[in-house]
Amino acid sequence: MAKLEGELTWKDLEIGSIVVEPGNASQYQTGDWRSQRPALDVKRCIKCGICYIFCPEGCIIQNAEGYFESNLFYCKGCGICACECPTEAITMVEGE
Amino acid sequence: MAKRVGIEISAAIGEAVKLANVDVVASYPITPQTHIVEHIAELVADGELDAAYIPVESEHSAMSACLGASAVGARTFTASAGQGLELMHEVLYIASSMRLPVVMAVTNRALSAPLSVWGDHSDAMAVRDTGWIQIFTENGQEVIDNVLCAFRIGEDRGVLLPVMIHLDGFHLSHMIEPIYIPEQSEVDKFIPPYQHPLPLNPDKPVTMGAFGPPFIYTETKKAQEVNLTAAKEVILQCWEDFGSIFQRYYHPVETYHSEDAKILLLTMGSYSETATMTIDTLREEGKNVGLVKLRLWRPFPFAEIRQAVKDAEVLIVLDRALSFGGPAGPVCSEIKAALYNEDKKPKVVSFVGGLGGRDITPDGFREIINRGIEISRTGSEQEFEMFGVRE
Amino acid sequence: MEENTISVPRVVPRKIKEKYAVQAPRLVTKDEFLAPGHRACVGCAEALAVRLACKALGANVIIVTATGCIEIISSQLPWTSWRVPWIHTLFENTAAVASGIEAGLRAMLKKERRSAKETKVVVMAGDGGTSDIGIQALSGALERGHDFLYLCFDNEAYMNTGIQRSSATPFGASTTTAPAGKMSIGQVTWKKNMPAIVAAHDIPYVATACPSYPFDLMDKVAKGIATQGPAYIHILSVCPTGWRSAPNLSIRLGSLAVETGIFPLYEIEDGKYNLSIDLPTLRPVTDYMELQGRFKHLPEETVKKIQHRVEEEYTKLTEKVAPTKGLSE
Repeated sequence: MAKLEGELTWKDLEIGSIVVEPGNASQYQTGDWRSQRPALDVKRCIKCGICYIFCPEGCIIQNAEGYFESNLFYCKGCGICACECPTEAITMVEGE
Repeated sequence: MAKRVGIEISAAIGEAVKLANVDVVASYPITPQTHIVEHIAELVADGELDAAYIPVESEHSAMSACLGASAVGARTFTASAGQGLELMHEVLYIASSMRLPVVMAVTNRALSAPLSVWGDHSDAMAVRDTGWIQIFTENGQEVIDNVLCAFRIGEDRGVLLPVMIHLDGFHLSHMIEPIYIPEQSEVDKFIPPYQHPLPLNPDKPVTMGAFGPPFIYTETKKAQEVNLTAAKEVILQCWEDFGSIFQRYYHPVETYHSEDAKILLLTMGSYSETATMTIDTLREEGKNVGLVKLRLWRPFPFAEIRQAVKDAEVLIVLDRALSFGGPAGPVCSEIKAALYNEDKKPKVVSFVGGLGGRDITPDGFREIINRGIEISRTGSEQEFEMFGVRE
Repeated sequence: MEENTISVPRVVPRKIKEKYAVQAPRLVTKDEFLAPGHRACVGCAEALAVRLACKALGANVIIVTATGCIEIISSQLPWTSWRVPWIHTLFENTAAVASGIEAGLRAMLKKERRSAKETKVVVMAGDGGTSDIGIQALSGALERGHDFLYLCFDNEAYMNTGIQRSSATPFGASTTTAPAGKMSIGQVTWKKNMPAIVAAHDIPYVATACPSYPFDLMDKVAKGIATQGPAYIHILSVCPTGWRSAPNLSIRLGSLAVETGIFPLYEIEDGKYNLSIDLPTLRPVTDYMELQGRFKHLPEETVKKIQHRVEEEYTKLTEKVAPTKGLSE
């Protein structure tokens, strides 16, 4: 969106305040919420994708080599991926 | 050529719904609206109206279902009254602020307690601020005509607002009157198809009903207010076009013998017809009285009201509802507010009467006018006078 | 483990494996219909459940959501996390709005005012919007037989407004409006059995699900939208904020809820009960409860009471699956 949300005038709104841009909330960074982040040990990763399945943010994506990486722009550091990884390939590391 | 038939006004509403080729009707029965929804159910059951009829389990769900249908682009109709209108109260705000055109006939009914199924305007007044376009009617012809206009007005791309057509419970809903039912071909030309510009459709996903934090809520309300006020132009044009096709013209404010009248009575709804009889009699007696009939309730017709009463000395407003502990009847309060800053304005006297289905006869109106004139001279300690109450 | 890692209590290994091999996640669509960047709490299993449900639903849906967590985290003006058509109006009327949408689509299709593509109507509501304030609209919609799927995301309290009790709050749980105190153990009523209430409406498909069993959940959602007529799925949604549990344990807790028999996974298809997972023995309820702060105050005898009740209810459920032969012969 061109304008910051606090700059929107009543004329900028769609009828009925309908939002017409699907998924535009993906511009919102939730990655700065976290106090720990996932660290992947690729030697242990079997590329099963279970972390991808269980991420509540849907921010784990498969990279070119087939490993699943967390998108740190969104990752809130919940630690579910580390907890569920069947080979313990993910550990949560303190810090952003 | 339109046929003129003797028909119960509730059934005439059903005929209008059929002529408008409504897609969805979601309604819950409540006296005195029941004949409307029953007649529509019959039309659907006989295949005369091709609509999805949803017999919902409450009025709150009725309006909710109507919203949903409107949001996908279906033409929707419902009807309610009294307690039912109150039960859907919060949903009414949603329909208007989310810009979902729904047409609703309201057979105005008194509000409990005590329980009263009979007619007055308290249900309408309770929903004043909901952001709907609201039109009052005084006889069966006006009802059917304005239900048809309501679809065209509400669904207009520049409007996209829900519309309420108010008709007095029992006094209108249950009366059989001679009414011209328009031809299907005439209605088809008059009401274009409904197309919401941003409906719920997987081809173009939209989000409806996102929430508004403080930084934006004000702007959404400003947009809504501008839109409702601007709807007046569309309403006037619609009535103009209706008149040119059907030779019946409607206006936001209509007057009867008011041109030179020093004393004016203002009414809304079916009482207007009764009051005209009193005006006739008083005129024959040489009294300089006239009638003002308020038809367009929302958006409020400020200019037309000011114009209609500017030369009068006394304006007597009859409300069929009261705002407890407040200033006068609700309509009268609004009239006073509309006139407050005018340099030249009549003395405004407030009467509340006809509550809970109580009739006011032509003689009753005579009493109101006379008493109103008296109060305008002597003043009153009360904010308003309740007509016909046994002390 | 390295020095600077947070210690992750490896609670208990998952005894029950899903039907699918670990490679199966790659068979799921990569589309995220609920865009990341939503504002759900850290570790929110409800957001996960919605995300997974959306994968099973696809793009050809209209989603109707009640006021509640999901609505608030995904739709703050002027943004939306939704990549499918979505509408929110009020708290208690989603089933009614869905009824209107469904009827509207049907009417327009009949009058050839829209394409023949069959768009499904899906409700997403919380336990509050389903078993309390929303139960009337739901009951009406089910009775009228509208063709829609109702998903109840049950986090067991009115979480969005700050953890107030609902009729879905489990016995003994502490919430802000039924808090544990000197004179109270917290929730003094047993959790309302919504699947049973819904099943009493004789609808073709009722199921329970939990995102800890993601493929089971997605299968059920797919079955739900394929059902002609009303379908209902009750989804346990672990809420670390409201349940006072560690955010990383949200999947574990869901599994434990199932494995203790507290939240059994089953389907009712045309009145016939099927267990999704057979549990020959149930874990003790303490395995589940001790990981949540909302139960910490409970004395031993109350926990025993809960254990007893869970076993009783589970037995009743298994009896529904295999009714006594006498009637059918």
